[in-house]
Amino acid sequence: MNYNFAFLDEDTKRMLRRALLKAVAIPGYQVPFGSREMPLPYGWGTGGIQVTAALLGPDDVLKVIDQGADDTTNAVNIRRFFARVAGVATTEHTADATLIQTRHRIPETSLRENQILVFQVPEPEPLRTLEPREAETRSLHALADYGLMHVKLYEDIAQYGHIATSYDYPVLVDGRYLTSPSPIPKFDNPKLDQSPALMLFGAGREKRLYAIPPYTRVESLAFEDHPFEIQRWEQQCELCGAGESYLDEVIVDDHGKRMFVCSDTDFCGQRRAEASA
Amino acid sequence: MSALLQVRHLSHHYGRRVGCEDVSFDLHAGELLCIVGESGSGKSTLLNTVAAQLAPTAGSVRYRQRDGAWLEIATLNEADRRRLAREEWGFVTQNPRDGLRLNVSAGANVAERLMALGVRHYSQLREIARGWLERVEIDPARIDDAPTGFSGGMQQRLQIARTLVTQPRLVFMDEPTAGLDVSVQARILDLLRRLVNELGLAAVMVTHDLAVARLLAARTMVMQGGRVVETGLTDQILDDPQHPYTQLLVSSVLTT
Repeated sequence: MNYNFAFLDEDTKRMLRRALLKAVAIPGYQVPFGSREMPLPYGWGTGGIQVTAALLGPDDVLKVIDQGADDTTNAVNIRRFFARVAGVATTEHTADATLIQTRHRIPETSLRENQILVFQVPEPEPLRTLEPREAETRSLHALADYGLMHVKLYEDIAQYGHIATSYDYPVLVDGRYLTSPSPIPKFDNPKLDQSPALMLFGAGREKRLYAIPPYTRVESLAFEDHPFEIQRWEQQCELCGAGESYLDEVIVDDHGKRMFVCSDTDFCGQRRAEASA
Repeated sequence: MSALLQVRHLSHHYGRRVGCEDVSFDLHAGELLCIVGESGSGKSTLLNTVAAQLAPTAGSVRYRQRDGAWLEIATLNEADRRRLAREEWGFVTQNPRDGLRLNVSAGANVAERLMALGVRHYSQLREIARGWLERVEIDPARIDDAPTGFSGGMQQRLQIARTLVTQPRLVFMDEPTAGLDVSVQARILDLLRRLVNELGLAAVMVTHDLAVARLLAARTMVMQGGRVVETGLTDQILDDPQHPYTQLLVSSVLTT
């Protein structure tokens, strides 16, 4: 059976590209788009996969990560999907990729210009848990009325003594739009700021796209006396010894033995290859 | 002294049904005006129309800002109207669960309006929230408790604290003590009277309870069928009602 290049038909891709251009023109603004049925369920990356499909060209090199790993189900499936329907080259090396679709992480290896990072977003509206009405959240965005977001951070400090929000940590893009960075750990938030790579966000179920263009100011919200902080570990990666990367805690046997390893498998693998060389 | 709020020929219709019709009044700084009337008489419609929560069908509402400039409420854009509602006005609803954010703590409820105004210092917010809980006679130790665990009277006092924390100049209250038992009502009325005096607030309060009007308001308006039938000093209206409907209303109050 033959598919159109990159699965989607050309009209759909054009619609997506127009929405993406608008998203890039208004950093952080959620652009509605006509999300299509994709051959995978909502919540598995239907938004990201549509953005990727709209952007892929025959010369692109695609990398797909899920929680930082190249070898998990979601990542493997989406990578194979595009290898099959677009015939593009795929890679696990961050530096070799021109297009990276990601779920829940930004690679440890610094991104460069001419790379595009596509995020899968379950809930594009950062105010949603506090304000369920869509009409109201749109007004709040239009009026840049974002006091509500601090109510959530206030609650965190009141209950836990510090800002306990550890992923999907709200950011203000270009000093204007309050934006959800998708469920990346707040460890990755500083990588959004002034990033040389273009960052695109797709929410398939919610039918929204948004973007953080290259070299855009991205601030993580905080209080003056409780500034933004990223996670830190006392451990180092037990495979590659990295002390600066985002670590996953893995239970390795039935006795509760734990080990800390880099969540970015490519980063970890390259460090080990360099060490053994 | 010039007025704070000028309402002229204000009407609000729900389709062909009249909500309120041709209402005019002035409200001065530091004054508390009560609107009384039976249920369905258009009191709450009038309050919501004056407070810009409903669009008037006819007539105008003008408000004098802190800097002395008059604002025509109907011509304001959404952003200015919200700013006004946040910075200079307050609204206390009858059911505190409508006015409170129930899924966050009492402290966050009190501090929300301050955060909307741009206060970004956690300890300061805490300090102010604690002070306000104390002022409305809620134990400051309950600052981190959810309002769902509060009694009805406490929730209403919390809503009052949340509304007054930004020191508004004008507060709208829609039957703030209805649905509370008599002793709790008395405490809240007492509290309101004290706060209104302390802060020099102007307030418009809707009530069906003439005793509330007697206790709090210098002036009272009586409404029936969407129209104001009588207006004047509260004592005058209650002791010497002129309009037949007011006479009925006053005589229907049980006296001991």
